[in-house]
Amino acid sequence: MHEQTEPMLQAQDVERLFGAGRTLLGRPKPAVHAVQGVSFAVRKGEILGIVGESGCGKSTLARILAGLDQASAGKVLFQGQDLAAAVRRDFKAVARQIQYVFQDPLSSLNPRKTVRAILETPLRRLLGLGREERERRLQKVIDAVNLRPEHLDRYPHEFSGGQAQRIAIARALAAEPKLIVLDEPVSALDVSVQAQVLNLLDDLKARFGLTYLFISHDLAVVETISDRVAVMYFGRLAEIGPAQRIFTQPRHHYTRLLLDSAPAPGKAIMVPESESGELPDPYNPPVGCAFAARCPAADELCRTRHPALEPAGAPKHLAACYHPPVGSTAHE
Amino acid sequence: MSSSAASQGRVSALGLLLNNRLATAGLVVLVTILLLALIAPLLPLLDPNATSPANRLLPPLSDGHLLGTDALGRDLLSRLLHGARVSIAVGVSATLIAAFFGSLIGLLSGYARGWADSLMMRGIDMLMAFPYILLALAIVAVLGPGLINALYAIALINIPFFARNIRGVTLGLARREFIDAARLSGKSRAAILFTEILPNVLPIIVITMSTTIGWMILETAGLSFLGLGAQPPQADLGSMLGDGRSVLFNAPHVAIIPGVLIFLLVMSINLLGDGIRDVLDPRLKSGALARPMARTAVERESVPEKPATAKDAVLSLSGLRTAFGLGQRQIEAISGIDLHIGRQECLGLVGESGSGKSITAMSIMGLVPTPPGRIVGGSIYFQGEDLLEANDRRIRELRGGPVSHVFQDPLTTLHPLFTVGDQLVEAIRAHQPLRRPQAEKKAEELLELVRIPNPRRRLQAYPHELSGGMRQRVCIAMALANDAELIIADEPTTALDVTVQAQILMLMNKLRHEKETSILFITHDFGVISALSDRVAVMYAGQIVESGPTKEVLESPAHPYTRKLIDCVPVLGQGDRQLDAIEGGPPATGERPPGCAFAPRCAFARDACKRGEIALQPLDAEREVRCLFPLDVKREALVHA
Repeated sequence: MHEQTEPMLQAQDVERLFGAGRTLLGRPKPAVHAVQGVSFAVRKGEILGIVGESGCGKSTLARILAGLDQASAGKVLFQGQDLAAAVRRDFKAVARQIQYVFQDPLSSLNPRKTVRAILETPLRRLLGLGREERERRLQKVIDAVNLRPEHLDRYPHEFSGGQAQRIAIARALAAEPKLIVLDEPVSALDVSVQAQVLNLLDDLKARFGLTYLFISHDLAVVETISDRVAVMYFGRLAEIGPAQRIFTQPRHHYTRLLLDSAPAPGKAIMVPESESGELPDPYNPPVGCAFAARCPAADELCRTRHPALEPAGAPKHLAACYHPPVGSTAHE
Repeated sequence: MSSSAASQGRVSALGLLLNNRLATAGLVVLVTILLLALIAPLLPLLDPNATSPANRLLPPLSDGHLLGTDALGRDLLSRLLHGARVSIAVGVSATLIAAFFGSLIGLLSGYARGWADSLMMRGIDMLMAFPYILLALAIVAVLGPGLINALYAIALINIPFFARNIRGVTLGLARREFIDAARLSGKSRAAILFTEILPNVLPIIVITMSTTIGWMILETAGLSFLGLGAQPPQADLGSMLGDGRSVLFNAPHVAIIPGVLIFLLVMSINLLGDGIRDVLDPRLKSGALARPMARTAVERESVPEKPATAKDAVLSLSGLRTAFGLGQRQIEAISGIDLHIGRQECLGLVGESGSGKSITAMSIMGLVPTPPGRIVGGSIYFQGEDLLEANDRRIRELRGGPVSHVFQDPLTTLHPLFTVGDQLVEAIRAHQPLRRPQAEKKAEELLELVRIPNPRRRLQAYPHELSGGMRQRVCIAMALANDAELIIADEPTTALDVTVQAQILMLMNKLRHEKETSILFITHDFGVISALSDRVAVMYAGQIVESGPTKEVLESPAHPYTRKLIDCVPVLGQGDRQLDAIEGGPPATGERPPGCAFAPRCAFARDACKRGEIALQPLDAEREVRCLFPLDVKREALVHA
């Protein structure tokens, strides 16, 4: 990597295997590769968007990157240090640096705790602050996410989805982390509220000098917020590159399909309606490119060998496709 | 919903409990028994253990012995009350011990999982494999007879019951996201278990205790009856029964009286326990116990005249109002909805969550649950027929026939235990007099119609064997099964992935032309609407604020809310950072401000907007808007051209 700054987070051939092992009788258990061969780097102050549909392994990847889960193979480096080793040594030290925002705000807030109790926990447990300092920080944090002090003594169910997600963001902010992993933070919200939260995230990033890993299934949302975008399909990276470039000149047919499928006001959707949209069977993965069965350009090569991520015509743009689509999309 | 509305609208837990007549009766009986048992030493009773051979086996209502005497001439009333004290004390203590250890084991094994879980649960399984009375006998045999030992035995054999219940709940909670969030907030595992999980498990522990305490008393009585519990001369209800056995034929009252008290005690505890469970269990609290009627109740003050649009429209709503009774209040979820859908037309109904769009859709076929919902005004005409005046049988004919629904989540709409084929055949045969083979043939054609590859084989598939997109295709096939005139699609693509969503939208668009069906398409996403609908109606706070041809509304919205709603959809290729968000939130249902509901969030609001009722006014031949100062349509169009 020839970046000007040292990457903040680096994934090296990350792999996550579920199942496997042997039963009591010695028979091998079926295994599923949720994430396979994923490598990328995130620089300080950058927003990397990860796009993919359900079942593509993006949430598994997110949990690994936040230290909530461990990779079966490969490595995650955070500021040059092995993350898995750091988690084993001291999870709290990692949590001071990396925080996580979950998809469903209401299930990520304990229904039996007040907002104050929820927000004070990281201040007390992670930073070990005294009562007065805690109170001061608490005010600062809720002010940053546009909540009012009287909200502190309420319970999560008394809030709307957008407010609850702002509480969850406040909790992630409280420990003043360097990196926040956002796992579909706006998917459960109404469009109007979604815009509020996206703007808030953008604002917070500038104010606190944060780095985001933004995971979503919605391309338009990812485009709005990200500097770079990685597209995942069936546990692997299909394409990664600068956001603008990915959306104007995709070099993978899956990205192309995603772009064509995205709805927008006033846009007629044009995809083949017979397109099956089925993912391959994870217990019996295809040998070659996982997208080959749905791909208009697939040939024998695609079905027999898995394409590697290779430079795709522009700096920092990589795609895993033998026959990349050419030309640009209509979205410019 | 704001907290003040919540506390006004909801009834307290005790209030809910007292609403349940059986539970109240249980409470009254239990409190009476407890009170009598509690003050037994203070009452002017005879010594329960004083024998008097001269007065043996006196019948009830004898002089000085209200309930008679037993074989040793001891006063039964006194023994009964003192015995009840002992039995209740033992039952309660055993429950507390079992609840404490059982819950602890359940919590630990549910949270630890892995081998620790297996080890503890297999131990529990072994405990459960013995018949309980045999186990209790064995324990008492080892420890020796006596009330305290019986208590231990009963507590021990009830531990599995708690452990298994609590483990199940803990397992579910341990996977919830707030547990991960607590870990990220720096809480240790022990802290998570006792400060995050325990508070959520506590209601379940209380429910389990309230339903087992009766059992515990019975089991104590059982052991005492066998002579292994209370030792003579001490009285408890079980040993009194045992004493009565030997004189059962010449003095039955000696056994019957403690028997009746055990019955009353256990029965009242169980009734109360059930009541407590109903109040505390969140699933039951959210209305699972309320049996909704087959159709939404209609309580209109007056029947409005048939609107002019009803004649040639497939569906015509006018002034429709649906309200919910919440506590003492009645909250109107939708107030005065006017809609019409022409033949082969697709109307998109757009709105944020809570705007009333789903309530509007569910009101049409009477699917709003009653209680608490009811239709309080307006009219619904389907092909010229007044649906609110139609009888239940007619509504049943229409549902799934001429009017059918497609819902958001196909996994919850399809029955998990029946094959797709069975469900399609059932839907067909409910409306058409077809034999099974014919219906199966038709089902196969339907699957082919919705472009499911290999339809014959897919008929044998269970819903979980299909992908989300395939399941939604099945739901659409089912909606088309009986030549629907109108399909009400409530967010049919919201739960699907983008690529699948695009296919489903394309499919629906094609089918509506092929089958000449009208569609009411409900969504929160302006992006989705343009794929399908000819006309669009925008809802805000239970009212329609704008309607018109989709293209025109999208290009030049007249209502500021519509404008904002369109602008806050991020559009691909326009990755400009600052999205146009709508600040604040919509008013809570039933708390609509006077005047325009959107005025508090509107940049163009003037004083006039905050007064009176603002009507939906025609803008031109096809468009209507509920705004005093609509955006200049032509100028807007120019700016955005």
